[in-house]
Amino acid sequence: MALTGKKAAAGGARARKAEGGARKTIASGTRDWPHALYRALRGADVRHMAFVPDAGHSELIELFIADENVTSNVLTTEEEGVAIAAGAWLGGMRSVVLMQSSGVGNCINMLSLATISRFPLLMLVTMRGEWAEFNPWQVPMGQATEPALNAIGVRTLRADTPQDLIDMVGSAITLAYEADQQVAVLISQRMLGRKKW
Amino acid sequence: MNDLRGLDRREAVAALLKDRGDHLVVCGLGSPGYDVHAAGDHDANYYLWGAMGAAALMGLGLAQARPERNVLVITGDGEQLMGLGGLATIAVAKPRNLTIVVIDNGHFGETGMQRSHTGHGLDIARVAQACGLEARVLRSLKEIEALRVELGRKPKGPRLYVIKVKAENVPRSLPPRDAVHLKNRFRTHLGLPIT
Repeated sequence: MALTGKKAAAGGARARKAEGGARKTIASGTRDWPHALYRALRGADVRHMAFVPDAGHSELIELFIADENVTSNVLTTEEEGVAIAAGAWLGGMRSVVLMQSSGVGNCINMLSLATISRFPLLMLVTMRGEWAEFNPWQVPMGQATEPALNAIGVRTLRADTPQDLIDMVGSAITLAYEADQQVAVLISQRMLGRKKW
Repeated sequence: MNDLRGLDRREAVAALLKDRGDHLVVCGLGSPGYDVHAAGDHDANYYLWGAMGAAALMGLGLAQARPERNVLVITGDGEQLMGLGGLATIAVAKPRNLTIVVIDNGHFGETGMQRSHTGHGLDIARVAQACGLEARVLRSLKEIEALRVELGRKPKGPRLYVIKVKAENVPRSLPPRDAVHLKNRFRTHLGLPIT
């Protein structure tokens, strides 16, 4: 298995360091939602995940890595997660892919694997480049994220509040794993909060 | 110009898959898929026709989902070159039941035989070793036969093998292109429901 138990904790620490050490987001509301998200996914028998880290996903990544019944994969680039999720489904396992909006651009051709094969795909995408963004380099891909996903055939659901997010992930779980759809839930930057750095 | 050093690719892949047992096979796009198909189509074969760079990583997901089965990825040098970072991901994940075989002709055979990075001297086995995988280059049918026997035993992966083959276009042996059919056929083989 990939990252589980103590080894996983070390992997998670490395992942956070790679993302930018102690940088944290200031949430505009409660940060209970990562726990609710984790419970929703585990309740739907998601036992497999792959990620390129983002500060907005940090708690969810930690929860998954600490769960010895979940196989977690740290990726070098986001499209790897699309292929891994397809392989997991071929073998009968539900997988989720976590990334930042910039990573969506890396995935485009690989997403043809999911769409042409009708592999269930659930992507959770934290948005950058759309709200109180300090880094101009995040803006082009942030603006292109939703149109690019739609253009390759991935359905998008956009969450602006924690309650929206839980509802949309619940819907996306059914759409993906029961209706063989390819779904990305976009988590708005306004909800995630300003990045403190 | 065809490079006629190396093994006959069809003989090499047929030798690898002879009496394949319960291996689950994922094939990268292009000639390796034709080689696997020519060796005998099987419900437990998943052939990629696109998504270049996906094969080894699909193998990773499959190996993690089915730890009790051997997963064999058979792909080309060009396909694996597009997913070099995936070797790092696989090395970290350490799936014992995953074996990657790169059929290396040093060229992009589907697009006019342009020389690839391996044709310019890059050694994918050494890249894999640097990532932390056990990896070797095979140049004879005798070595492939030894690998075939080894794959039938308890897996000690993840491992990567490069099989050096001639750069030549052999007659195509075309697998089905309907990806949903291939998916459902594969999952049925594993006793999984069709959604």
